[in-house]
Amino acid sequence: MSPISTPPLMNKKVNDFVVKFANVNGSGSASANSMFAKAIFRMGIPVSPRNIFPSNIQGAPTWYEVRICEQGYLGRRAGKVELMVSVNPQSMADDVNEVCEGGYFFYDNTYPLDFKLIRDDINYIGLPLTQIVNATFNDPRRRQLFKNIIYVGSLSYLIGIEFSALESIVADTFKAKPKLIEPNVSALQLGFDEAKKAFNEPLPIQLERRNKNDGKIMLEGNAACGLGAVYGGATVCAWYPITPSTSVAEGFEKYANKLRKDPETGKNNFAIIQAEDELSAIGMVIGSNWNGARSFTATSGPGVSLMQEFLGLAYFAEVPAVLIDVQRAGPSTGMPTRTQQSDLLISAYASHGDTKQVCLFPATPKECFELTADAFDIAERLQTPVIMLTDLDLGMNEHICDDLEWDDSREFDRGKVLSAEDLDNMDRFGRYLDIDGDGIPNRTIPGTHAEKGAFFTRGTSRDEYAIYTEKGEAYQRNMERLLVKWKTAPEYLPKPEITNRAASSSSSGNGIGVIHYGTSMAATHEALDQMSADGVAVNDLRVLAFPFSDEVKAFIDQHDQIFVVEQNRDAQMKTLLVNELEVAPRDLQSVLEFNGDPISATQIREGIENNLKTDSVVKSA
Amino acid sequence: MSFIKPSFRHPSAPTNALGLTTQAYEGGISTLCAGCGHDSISASIMQAVWALNIPPHRVAKMSGIGCSSKSPNYFLNKAHGFNSVHGRMPSVTTGANVANRDLLYIGVSGDGDTASIGMGQFAHVIRRNLNMTYIVENNGCYGLTKGQDSATADEGHKSKKGKINPFESIDLVALALELGATFVARSFSGDKDQLVPLLQAAMSHKGFALLDVVSPCVTFNNHPGSTKSYDYTREHVQAGSVVDFVPMEQEITLDQIKGSTQEVALHNGDSVRLSKLNDNYDPTDRVNAIKVLHKHKSEDKLLTGLIYLEPESDNFHDILNLPETPLSQLRENTLCPGSAALSAINTGLK
Repeated sequence: MSPISTPPLMNKKVNDFVVKFANVNGSGSASANSMFAKAIFRMGIPVSPRNIFPSNIQGAPTWYEVRICEQGYLGRRAGKVELMVSVNPQSMADDVNEVCEGGYFFYDNTYPLDFKLIRDDINYIGLPLTQIVNATFNDPRRRQLFKNIIYVGSLSYLIGIEFSALESIVADTFKAKPKLIEPNVSALQLGFDEAKKAFNEPLPIQLERRNKNDGKIMLEGNAACGLGAVYGGATVCAWYPITPSTSVAEGFEKYANKLRKDPETGKNNFAIIQAEDELSAIGMVIGSNWNGARSFTATSGPGVSLMQEFLGLAYFAEVPAVLIDVQRAGPSTGMPTRTQQSDLLISAYASHGDTKQVCLFPATPKECFELTADAFDIAERLQTPVIMLTDLDLGMNEHICDDLEWDDSREFDRGKVLSAEDLDNMDRFGRYLDIDGDGIPNRTIPGTHAEKGAFFTRGTSRDEYAIYTEKGEAYQRNMERLLVKWKTAPEYLPKPEITNRAASSSSSGNGIGVIHYGTSMAATHEALDQMSADGVAVNDLRVLAFPFSDEVKAFIDQHDQIFVVEQNRDAQMKTLLVNELEVAPRDLQSVLEFNGDPISATQIREGIENNLKTDSVVKSA
Repeated sequence: MSFIKPSFRHPSAPTNALGLTTQAYEGGISTLCAGCGHDSISASIMQAVWALNIPPHRVAKMSGIGCSSKSPNYFLNKAHGFNSVHGRMPSVTTGANVANRDLLYIGVSGDGDTASIGMGQFAHVIRRNLNMTYIVENNGCYGLTKGQDSATADEGHKSKKGKINPFESIDLVALALELGATFVARSFSGDKDQLVPLLQAAMSHKGFALLDVVSPCVTFNNHPGSTKSYDYTREHVQAGSVVDFVPMEQEITLDQIKGSTQEVALHNGDSVRLSKLNDNYDPTDRVNAIKVLHKHKSEDKLLTGLIYLEPESDNFHDILNLPETPLSQLRENTLCPGSAALSAINTGLK
């Protein structure tokens, strides 16, 4: 099989290309693909793999896109790929078109390729994968599973994955089942040998060992959240299955089983409750926190919609709660297996009436870990729900990040919780009384004191002493105190992260600033670094929390032109900035991407460059 | 409606084992209508908790929304209460209960709060066998929104405005039996002699206890043609098994067990003694309980008393394999694995 004319040759590319795998879901390809990415990670090369999967269990097309980037940019790279590994005839027509000019289409040539799939500007490299597995294995399931391992072995030859890196992963993966090590290594070797036999030389896209991953790990955001909850002292996890958040609860379960079982009694120092729905899940979280146990739930957009009423109760009755929202593409069921940042407004103003909710925006698995642990302190300190917004891209894909760290001297901040002794030493306990001007009242946990501190927690209006009242003044005082507390909040929240690329003393204006949050970080930094290299300096601010701290407003004021990068249609962060900071809407320009794929540097750069005002440009240093 | 609570109490009012009179178990003044069945239930709850010698502050009063759900404000004001959202008391109680297994959880709900908006959570809290007493103050109508029929209003019942209810009613007792509840009882707010020992038994049961209490709404559902009125209930009630609660400390003499009685031991050593109207009724037989319940219904009789009891069952704490120490009392040293464990995790993620 060779095209009519010779395709253009590709220049040699080292550690800078994209490999995409086209698989059938439910065929066991995920572990082979993950082995591929992990091997590159172990070679010390920055790599970012992403699953692009259907809302389906078996038989539908699924892809795994792996970006290898020497410079360390881990965002998605838009555009066509250098190498397509096609193992799914169903999606072949589309997959052929995704290969860049001069790129490679690796396929199973046991069966002839449909002539309609022939492009004359790409290279076809075929290996008879089906024939090889049929000749090697008798069991149909093994044939399918090992086919995946075999193509990874072939890629080892073709693009230079160190065979020892693959072997080390097999050894680690099957530590508990050593009998499986040999067959897997043999399958890798078989793939390697077959490729070597079939092709005279490796491809021009090559991997070369580096040491860029020292001090780094590879982890999914959801697992990091689960681990963060263990470290943050969560004892109750109440949840309802929903993609893409399910693996948060699973992560918590995995780590809690490992780290939280009482070694002597075998009892669980944690509880995981699969609730009957999201309403119940958040109800349980509120009940646990009210009763003094740190508790959280994880969900996605549809779940946040269902939790609205309870979030209003927790806001108004001032009960701590932690909610991790792994966002997916909405509205409604939307694209449940695609990413988006579109739950911002429904989270920030969750529930009816005047409500404002604390939100956190992690960008890496390490931040998922840290901010989840922090969320419990924040929720108890502020006595209010904390909603952490991650997304499918961060939650369900493995990302490289720095090693996780924990300070052993750290203590949980339980906030203004009164002990029996505190109650003995005070006159009258006022549950909703602001004692020191920060808007945060004292709190008691049920069962603490025989005579004092008990009150009736309720979603109805009450006075400072938790006595039911319908007096307008008392209601209003309470609502205003909640605003005081809101103004206190940023003190306990992570500060924004600012990167200045413009030279500080500039004669040509105050320049351009970009505001972004969550998983837009990697692509934004990449785009701005590129622009800076090309002579246009752009500063950026990454928002980590809502309510905004003063730095956000200052950043907006300091720049002539502000862009807000986000992954939704309606510019929800811009809306929040306009609403909370009284910024004129026209002063914030949006760069929006919302087709369900993670945002890329190319899109961000285009969005900025197409709208640049020349007089606000500051040359890079 | 009273608006002043007298502070005078009988100087020789009896005290319980904690040395407390029932005054220590009182709550705020009720804002419910005079004659409301719910107030009688509140009084019975106070009596039961007092008689069980439970310190008031070791109780958590849980509720949803509605007249019934306001009532925890009117008893045990030394106990914390949580008046949550409509139909969601079970989930909040589940979370609270898992957090601290040492408190006594009394959930007060109504027929709207349970049989309509809260049906899902009602079903699932039963499945989990949560260790709680779930009281439905059942008056067949939505009192706080002025008397609309609820899902427990009987078919053929006439509303105050004269409308006949065309829908089948939901029998929460039958439903709880089907769903596997381990303690199911029904009573009548007007029968304190039956209600107090039933409450004591329910509160002593280590698992989920449902008490469906017919509690007439004097304002909107106490007229001729109503099947949840005081008169109708009194005429149709049939106490299937009259209950007596026997605390562990109390010695049971042969003399006391006479006639047609049956002792059922509870998990904690207390026992429930039943005086039965029918010798064949065994309240530990779920299938028979369902049959008898339906038979009474078909004869237009309201069967009350202890209907079913499974004294030994794994409750939610057992199922979750929780430690004896409440989760809410665990501290950093138990909960946080620390940097050494984290460094091992880092190594595994390389």
